Amino acid sequence: MKNILSRHETYVFIAVLIFSIIITMINPSFFTLENLFDLLRSYSLMGTFAIGMLFVLISGGIDISFTAIATVTGYTIAVLLLHNGEQLNIVLVFLIAGIIGVALGMINAVIIHFFKIPSIITTIATLNIYYGLLTVASQGKWLYGFPTWFADFATARIFTLYTADQVPYGLSVITVIWFALIVIGWFILRYTVLGRSIYAMGGNVASAQRAGFNIFGLTVFVYSFMGLMAGFGSVIQALLVQTVAPNSLVGKELDVIAAVVLGGASLTGGTGSMLGTLLGVALIAIMGNGLTLMHVPAVWYKVVIGFVILVSVAFSAYRSKISVQKRVIVETS
Amino acid sequence: MLRRFSHLSVLLVFMVIVIALMGLLNGKNFLSIGNFQSMAYQMPELGILTLAMMITMLTSGINLSIIASANLAGIMMAMVLTRAFPPESANSFGVILLAMLVGLLTSAVIGALNGVLIAYLDISPILATLGTMIMISGFAVVLTEGYVISGLPENWRIIGNNAVLGIPIPIIIFAACAGFMALLLNRTPFGKQVYLIGSNPTACTFSGVNNRAVLFYTYMISGIFSGIASMVMISRFNSAKADYGESYLLLTILSAVLGGVDAAGGFGKVSGVVVSLIILQMISSGLNLLGISNFFTLALWGIVLILVMVIKYLIDSYVQKRQLA
Repeated sequence: MKNILSRHETYVFIAVLIFSIIITMINPSFFTLENLFDLLRSYSLMGTFAIGMLFVLISGGIDISFTAIATVTGYTIAVLLLHNGEQLNIVLVFLIAGIIGVALGMINAVIIHFFKIPSIITTIATLNIYYGLLTVASQGKWLYGFPTWFADFATARIFTLYTADQVPYGLSVITVIWFALIVIGWFILRYTVLGRSIYAMGGNVASAQRAGFNIFGLTVFVYSFMGLMAGFGSVIQALLVQTVAPNSLVGKELDVIAAVVLGGASLTGGTGSMLGTLLGVALIAIMGNGLTLMHVPAVWYKVVIGFVILVSVAFSAYRSKISVQKRVIVETS
Repeated sequence: MLRRFSHLSVLLVFMVIVIALMGLLNGKNFLSIGNFQSMAYQMPELGILTLAMMITMLTSGINLSIIASANLAGIMMAMVLTRAFPPESANSFGVILLAMLVGLLTSAVIGALNGVLIAYLDISPILATLGTMIMISGFAVVLTEGYVISGLPENWRIIGNNAVLGIPIPIIIFAACAGFMALLLNRTPFGKQVYLIGSNPTACTFSGVNNRAVLFYTYMISGIFSGIASMVMISRFNSAKADYGESYLLLTILSAVLGGVDAAGGFGKVSGVVVSLIILQMISSGLNLLGISNFFTLALWGIVLILVMVIKYLIDSYVQKRQLA
């Protein structure tokens, strides 16, 4: 029992539960499978970005540039889809976006590691470089009119149910892709040497290095993985809206960081879990969706989100203060 | 000595290179008085906001809410100027002064809120200000319902668009802000404490400094500076809106770091930040004269930041090696 109460995830879960109950009491249409599947589909973009961000935060770094990476990969696959749409398939699209994302993430890692520039500075700079160059090259044009197979894949479902009015709904393929990525991420973090090394590095870089961890390799992996998730995220975004615009993602980086931090990852590194991240994204999703269902005017949305973030971070700051006090008492007694 | 001056000298060399390059590419247009004047109109918004960001970075913090608080202060000012009084009297000196006070008060309250969260509730600055950023820009949307408040009185527009003896008023305001900040940081006990908190908060506590109070005032000053930036901003746009200048946020960090402010806190001078702002503005104006896209400027700013950081790193490690040898 004590173990459960000491975990951040428990509190996020309770928050998710309380919000869900309140929203359902006001508008029962929240608590339906239809709404759940819809939420799971539309938040797979933020969820995918959050997986990559979790890795970076655990390693003790931060990546602001992932929205720009996703813009570059999204635009590249959009151009390819428009010109050679019929020769491509969904696996190739994910692969191409992933490779470009990994390459751009690797550039971040190399700059961060070799010149010892703080990750926040490096990625702010590369955000401007990637985004600026892409917008110049694309002249800010929106791309749409992708091949039919691409549109069909976006609406494909694993299973289909019907509402009372015979409107079909079900578990989207996009959600399944997101969940697969979550499982892979969870497995890496929890059961592989690689994952445990990332925690070690985030806890204390100097000790990790002394202990023989390959810090450069880990840095490259973490930022490449973020790039990979950015690439995959851009394909998901293209699937969801069937349009690629150079300015649709940049500017949303802090929202993703907020979701991951709500889920218990610390900005100083070494802590965070996949479950927490999932709950953090869920909290943001439920609040956004719930405010709409409770007929709160859309203009209040940001105020509520900001307030919840402040309460949450104040609460975890308070908890960590208490635990430090407890430790001091135990050590001195 | 080499180490102490390395960053500013790298920046000055960069500035000379940029002036020479832009002068060469643009010829007379770039070196004309008109161009320098237009640069002096454009730089202060980013400049004052960068100062607001800088002082928090010196304490090893960050203030992500500066743009949001500038916009909210701007909206409050614009509401006083356009809605609170009949149009005939809105142009009077008294109303303009009142609007300024309202703007400063708004931004000071936001700064104080950040201060309480960070100094007294021990929330990490990046999270506290991320939360206030989202919440405050939310309030700005609620107040305006997402619309623009435009049509500010004639006399208000003087702030952003007129010149005294050929010197644009915005750059005078910026110079005053930079001068005040430099004095505050270098010539007062408070300034020393700001640097000390940034380099070693524990040592700072044990030397008898009230860390919490210093941090609280740091965020309050940061807030007030964003309010001042907002005066110039809404005057130049002749309107206020909930999401003006959002792209400035990361740019203020970029220009502060380019100016030698250490993201880990404790180091950085106003002079470096001013030179870095001049470099950024010259690149932007020079490329603009050549008819090159603004987005290319963004990319180039990023490249310059990385280049300067790399050069600084190389100089630092060279100096270290020589000291060891």
